[in-house]
This record gives sequence, C-alpha cells and structure tokens, in this order.
Amino acid sequence: MSTADTPAIRIRGLSKRFGSKVVLDNLDLDVDRGRSLVVIGASGTGKSVLIKCILGIIEPDAGTIEINGVDVVRGRRRAAAKARAECGMLFQGGALFDSLKVWENVAFRLVQAEGMNRREARELAIQTLARVGLKPETADLMPAELSGGMQKRVGLARAIASEPSIIFFDEPTTGLDPIMADVINQLIRNVTAGQRTALTITHDMQSVRHIADKVAMIYNGKIHWSGPVEAIDDPQDAHVEQFVQGHSEGPIPVQITAD
Amino acid sequence: MNPVRIIGRGSLAVMETLGRIILFAAISIGRGILPPYYPKQYVRQFLDIGYYSLPVVGLTAIFTGAVLALQSYTGFQRFQAESAIPTIVVLSVTRELGPVLAGLMVAGRVGASMAAELGTMRVTEQIDALSTLTTDPYRYLIMPRLIGGLVMLPLLVVVAMIIGVMGGFLVSVNQLGFQPVSYLNDTFRFLEAIDVVSGLVKAAVFGFIVALMGSYHGFNSGRGAQGVGAATTMAVVTASILILVSNYFITALFFDR
Ligand SMILES: Nc1ncnc2c1ncn2[C@@H]1O[C@H](COP(=O)(O)OP(=O)(O)O)[C@@H](O)[C@H]1O
Ligand SMILES: [Mg+2]
Repeated sequence: MSTADTPAIRIRGLSKRFGSKVVLDNLDLDVDRGRSLVVIGASGTGKSVLIKCILGIIEPDAGTIEINGVDVVRGRRRAAAKARAECGMLFQGGALFDSLKVWENVAFRLVQAEGMNRREARELAIQTLARVGLKPETADLMPAELSGGMQKRVGLARAIASEPSIIFFDEPTTGLDPIMADVINQLIRNVTAGQRTALTITHDMQSVRHIADKVAMIYNGKIHWSGPVEAIDDPQDAHVEQFVQGHSEGPIPVQITAD
Repeated sequence: MNPVRIIGRGSLAVMETLGRIILFAAISIGRGILPPYYPKQYVRQFLDIGYYSLPVVGLTAIFTGAVLALQSYTGFQRFQAESAIPTIVVLSVTRELGPVLAGLMVAGRVGASMAAELGTMRVTEQIDALSTLTTDPYRYLIMPRLIGGLVMLPLLVVVAMIIGVMGGFLVSVNQLGFQPVSYLNDTFRFLEAIDVVSGLVKAAVFGFIVALMGSYHGFNSGRGAQGVGAATTMAVVTASILILVSNYFITALFFDR
C-alpha cells in the first residue's frame, strides 16, 4: 500500500461547501513524504477547512484523501483512525485544554489514549517541553497563565509528544510578535527536520521562506499554483506575485470601500 | 406571509432539531458505552452536578416545603381540613415539587455551565484538538455528563424530598401549632412507594434532559462569544420546557387511570 514514493498525503477532487458558500472546489494536492509543504492564501479561503478535512474534523462533500496510502474518507473507520493516529496538529489558537495543567496537555494522548502511567508521562512531557524551549517549571502551570507565544509552544509540544510522522500547523505565527514568530519558525524547522512530513498553512511570508520546501497557493477553492519555495519571488503568476508582495491591486479582488 | 406557512416552517424546524438531538444522544451513548472510559471525567461530573448543586437544591426545597404548609393551612382552614397538611406536603414534595424544582434549578446551574464550557471548548478548537489526540469527544466529554445527570439528579431529589418535608414540618410545628410526633405520623400514614418512585423516575429523566440539552447546545455552539451565549440560553430554555412537558407525561404514566 504505502511505499517510499506514495505521497504522505494525497488529495483528489476535494470539495466542501457550507450552505451555499463553496469553500473547497475539486481541490487536488500532494504532500511528499518527509517534505515541508506550506499552503498560502488569503484569510477565509478554506485553509483551515482543508486541514480539518484531512484530520476528519470536518466531513468533505466529495473527493478522496489518502494518508500514507489509506483512504480516510471512504475507507474503514478503524483503518482511517489508525492512519490519522500518525498525525499531529498545532491549532491556530493553541487549543490547549484549559482545565488541565501544561504537562497534562502535552502528555494528553500518552495518558488518555495510550495508557501510559502519569509519572512516566510527566517525565516525557517535561522532555518534550524542553524541545520547544520551555523550562520544567512550566509543566505545572495552567494554560491561562501562559502568554500567547508560550501557549503556541505548548501546543507544539503536545502535537509532537507522540512522535507523529505527519504534522500540521495552522497559522503557527499569527498573532505573535516578530521575534516570537521567528522562534516558532525555528522550532518548527527543528521538529520537522529529518523524515517528518509537514503541512503548514499561513499567510506570513517570513514563515514561508523559513519553513517551506514547497509552496502551494489556494485560491477560489483550488490549488491555484504550486512550486518550490525558491520560485515564490518569480512565480510567473500574477495571483501569487500579488499575494507574496502584499499588493492590494492585482487579479485577487479586494474590497476596500463599503459599496 | 401566509400564517399556515409560518407554522409549517416552524414545526419542521422543531422536528429537525429534535431529530438532531436524538441522533446526538444515540451517538454519545453508542460510543460512550464502549471503552475506553474516563473515570476522572465521570467523577468531575458527579461532583459538579450532584455535590455542588446541594446548596441550591436544599434551599429551594426547604422554602418550598415551608410555603406549602403555610398556604395549605390558610386555605384548608376554611373548611376545617388542616389535618391534611402533612399529607399534602409530603405528596406534593415527593411526586411533584421535589423533582420539578430540583430539575429546573439544576437546568439553570448545571445546564448553563455545561453549555458554556463545551461551547467555549468548541469555539477555541479544544473539541477538535481532542480528536487529533485520538480521543473521542463523545466518550470523553458527553457520556460522563449524560450519566452524571441521570445518576445524580435522583440522589439530589432524595435530599430535596427530605429537606422539603422538613421545611413543612418546621413551619407546621413552630407556627401552626401542630404536635411534632403526630405530624410525622401523619406524614408517613398515606405515603406510598409509588409516590417516591415516580419522583425519582422523574428526577432521572430530568437529569438526563438537562445534561443532554447542555451538551448538545454547547457541543454544537455557533462561533464566537455570541455563539456560546446563545448556546447557554438555548440549553436552559429547552431543558426547562422539556422538563415541564415530560413531567406531565410521566405523571400521566404513573397515576392516570
Ligand atoms: N464549521 C463551519 N461552518 C460554517 N462555515 C465555516 C465553518 N468552517 C469554516 N467556514 C467558512 O469557510 C470559510 C473558510 O474558512 P477557513 O478555512 O477557516 O479560512 P482560512 O483560510 O482563513 O483558514 C470561511 O468563510 C468560513 O466562514
Ligand atoms: Mg484558518
């Protein structure tokens, strides 16, 4: 089923609409094993919806999604769950469980789903926190006591604690100051180095240059353009150029006045 | 617009929501009865729903019992039926007021906080995060709440029944000149098992309703603070209405002849 050259994620004909609003429209995308793909696109173009379809949080209307060669949309539930267990996710706002301590968040899956005992899990959580640059003292704090940047780091630690082979990042740097954003980018680079596959969505070009091997741009519910990260400064495409340069004038319609 | 059409649309919407709620309950129970179980979540819900509701329910019960005695006294005096007061108090409290008032109080206290907590978890993507950590949110979040409501409300209502009778007793003995021993004897003389049992069955149903409404509306909360606010309101309103409606039907089931 899954060989070295099957893509880690393979999406074909993915469509999703909410009511009459078409968000994803027959979208195709491959994420190569061991590589870091960054999907860019304006706010509200369906980037989060795309990731949530892959993770099974949102059910797509049509299309197939394969994780390591396993069809997770129409395949058997058990097989799909097993394929998805290979995935970790850092949510846009961190999505930490606010009734649990930091270490319990990080070790959540180990304790709740894999039955590891709490002492062992706590040790492992502290080690994982160290990997994202957090001191052992953080382990016993509550999420509400942390700054936004620290919450993102804890979210990152939680996502990698069970060593997933595929990891998703939903706008990892949005809402952070430039220095903290750089730290997060660096951490993402570190944890995805090697054989791990990463799919990141963002509209932060700094982030793109830092963590992408390949870039894809989503527009009108489809992958409008994709190419290696080196190509984004000369993409031969007016939409990508407009987005990368951040111009309000160009082929992407932007409403500035209220009419 | 045509009024028939408005009514038709409205009833269709109600039926649709009802269907969704039943589906939600079925999924929660279907998945929740299978392992893994999360004992800590159950304990937390038992405490939240049962133990922490004791003050509210106790206060409600004692004053309800007290006012019942007072009202029936002034009413029944008119035709010299004061001796019926102990029976009136105990039957009203066990069959009707204990479960209904406890249910309504818990709907306000627990139903609202469930909806607000789950709604916030939905809005901040914590529920989505659960499934990415290979934990089924229905098993982890919903089933403990449903079981908590089902089990804890009857226990609360037992307490409410005892305190309610005590409220009536205190007023009758201290203000209305009843003898303590004969009041208690009269209290139990006409009390039958079915009075208490029907009250406890009601309590279990109401507890399940409160937990289900809190869970459903919170779990499916709209986006943003507004969505959570609306979910909270809906949880309390729908739970209260369903309690009053189902109360009639359970009563009919037990006592109709
Ligand atoms: N659960 C949902 N219900 C209804 N509409 C949704 C839902 N999730 C996303 N949308 C809509 O889909 C569009 C894409 O959302 P999203 O993927 O979050 O955008 P972004 O690219 O900024 O991550 C938005 O217009 C949003 O309003
Ligand atoms: Mg998004």
